[in-house]
Amino acid sequence: MAWFKRDKKSITTPTKEKKETPDGLWVKTSSGNIIESKELAKNFYVDPEGHHTRIGSKEYFDIIYDDAYYTEIHEKIASGDPLQFEDNKKYTDRIVATQKKTGLVDACRSAYGKTSGQHLVVTCMDFAFIGGSMGSVVGEKIALAIDYAIKKKCPFMMISKSGGARMMEAGFSLMQMAKTSAKLTQLSQKKLPYISYLTDPTTGGVTASFAMLGDVNIAEPNALIGFAGPRVIKETIGMDLPKGFQTSEFLLEKGFLDYIVDRRELRPELERIIRLLQN
Amino acid sequence: MHTTQTIFLDFEEPIKEVLDQIQSAKDLSENGGIDADTILKELDEKLETKCKEIHENLTPWQKVQLSRHPERPYTLDYIQALTNGDFRELHGDRNVGDDKAMIGGFGSIDGKTVMFIGQQKGRKTKQRQMRNFGMANPEGYRKAMRLMKLAEKFNKPIVCLIDTPGAYPGLEAEERGQGEAIARNLYEMMLLKVPIICIIIGEGASGGALGIGIGDKVFMLENTWYSVISPESCSSILWRSWDFKERAAEALKLTAKDMLGNKLIDGIIKEPLGGAHANPTVMYKKLRTELKKNLTKLGKMKVEKRTQERIDKFSSMGVVVK
Repeated sequence: MAWFKRDKKSITTPTKEKKETPDGLWVKTSSGNIIESKELAKNFYVDPEGHHTRIGSKEYFDIIYDDAYYTEIHEKIASGDPLQFEDNKKYTDRIVATQKKTGLVDACRSAYGKTSGQHLVVTCMDFAFIGGSMGSVVGEKIALAIDYAIKKKCPFMMISKSGGARMMEAGFSLMQMAKTSAKLTQLSQKKLPYISYLTDPTTGGVTASFAMLGDVNIAEPNALIGFAGPRVIKETIGMDLPKGFQTSEFLLEKGFLDYIVDRRELRPELERIIRLLQN
Repeated sequence: MHTTQTIFLDFEEPIKEVLDQIQSAKDLSENGGIDADTILKELDEKLETKCKEIHENLTPWQKVQLSRHPERPYTLDYIQALTNGDFRELHGDRNVGDDKAMIGGFGSIDGKTVMFIGQQKGRKTKQRQMRNFGMANPEGYRKAMRLMKLAEKFNKPIVCLIDTPGAYPGLEAEERGQGEAIARNLYEMMLLKVPIICIIIGEGASGGALGIGIGDKVFMLENTWYSVISPESCSSILWRSWDFKERAAEALKLTAKDMLGNKLIDGIIKEPLGGAHANPTVMYKKLRTELKKNLTKLGKMKVEKRTQERIDKFSSMGVVVK
């Protein structure tokens, strides 16, 4: 005689009546705990352990602007293919496929609106679009956003999240470093604040241009920030990198950041720095 | 045709063969008392034809190889020749040290003072190490900026000679802010009140080159390259192997002709037949002529107009669909 008796025979729910668990209802945190994604969103996408999960421009705009109300600007600017670049895939095909997959036009978006009652233009990079890489579109959108801030006489904020220059636009990408720096001199001449917010990751040509040129350079905690990527440095010096190397905290210690801002404190901190600079 | 070249790349081998023939003809005429004038003349013509044949059909990758030719003149060679030795090198960033991969100082061209800045490569193993293969650290970029500000103070034009495989990707470079140092230079160079001329004389690799590359005029010598990444690194990222460097060199459109076609530079300075390494004296002369012409032109412009045009030029770079 069996110890336990089975009343029902295996699974009896017919397939068509099966309830699907929606995708992304639950997320795994940095330490492996499972939490509700709604909970994570409410917490500015910072998990209970304080880890800042990677988010896109939409999420940042929602966090920064009052009542998540803002106007997207220059949203139609898209990539040309000046070099007819082709590796194992045509660059134009890669762009179209990425646009389809992400619903984005390119690797950054710009918006205008109010944060804590103060006008602000924000350009935010989207890492989901070819690693947030900077080509002509990113350069042009930053340039136009700076012009817009000058026109509206309001501060400009840049949220960097990028692997660096976009290889498929070669010389054009390189010159976007010069272009964005040139435009920042114009913003500066108008005495309008430029706030650079560096998030995980910010490397390469982005670090070596606008990301490091803020009137105030601030960063999310524990973000990877550097010029050369960790793998390249490791190969160059032939040694393992020290713990905490190229993190926000490391850069703060070395003198390249003004302070670190937890995403949950971003709004009040923005209010404070803009007020202190402009009142 | 005159050449001082002694080291030959694989695709330059046919040139060497003719040169060897010329040498044996010369030896024969000297030692054997044979009149070799006619043969020598013929061989000289053959040399020129071969040289033209090779150099008019260079692939982008071959140009990259030429830009790294071990006999190519380096920054200090150019400066010594342009100033006839009237050059005073200035050292140090006044902060952490003196970066030997980045050199600078005042010199004179026909009595007129110029601030020269440039990455310096070394020729022999020891020198190469001392110069860190032309890869500057943050203090190099900061020394360059210090010297540029010095030039601005005394109202002297700046000439930047660019030749680098990239800014150094090292541990200490990161600690001392390689990204910030380059970014600061891009920003400050836009605003400098004196004329700036930048010339790619060898390799123009990415941010490391651009860090001293903001000029009213940016020129490339004929056999140089300028891009966001080296063909080897591009190949290893896109094809996960270094074997596709030729293809990468083509795709990157990194030659002087391509860069000019895309309006990312202002002009090309022709090299003597066989390249700058075949006849440095002629190269120096050409560069001197171009520099003098452009320094005079830029010197006549109003300061505000000059810096505004510099900012506008870089602000307009890029191709997008609106």
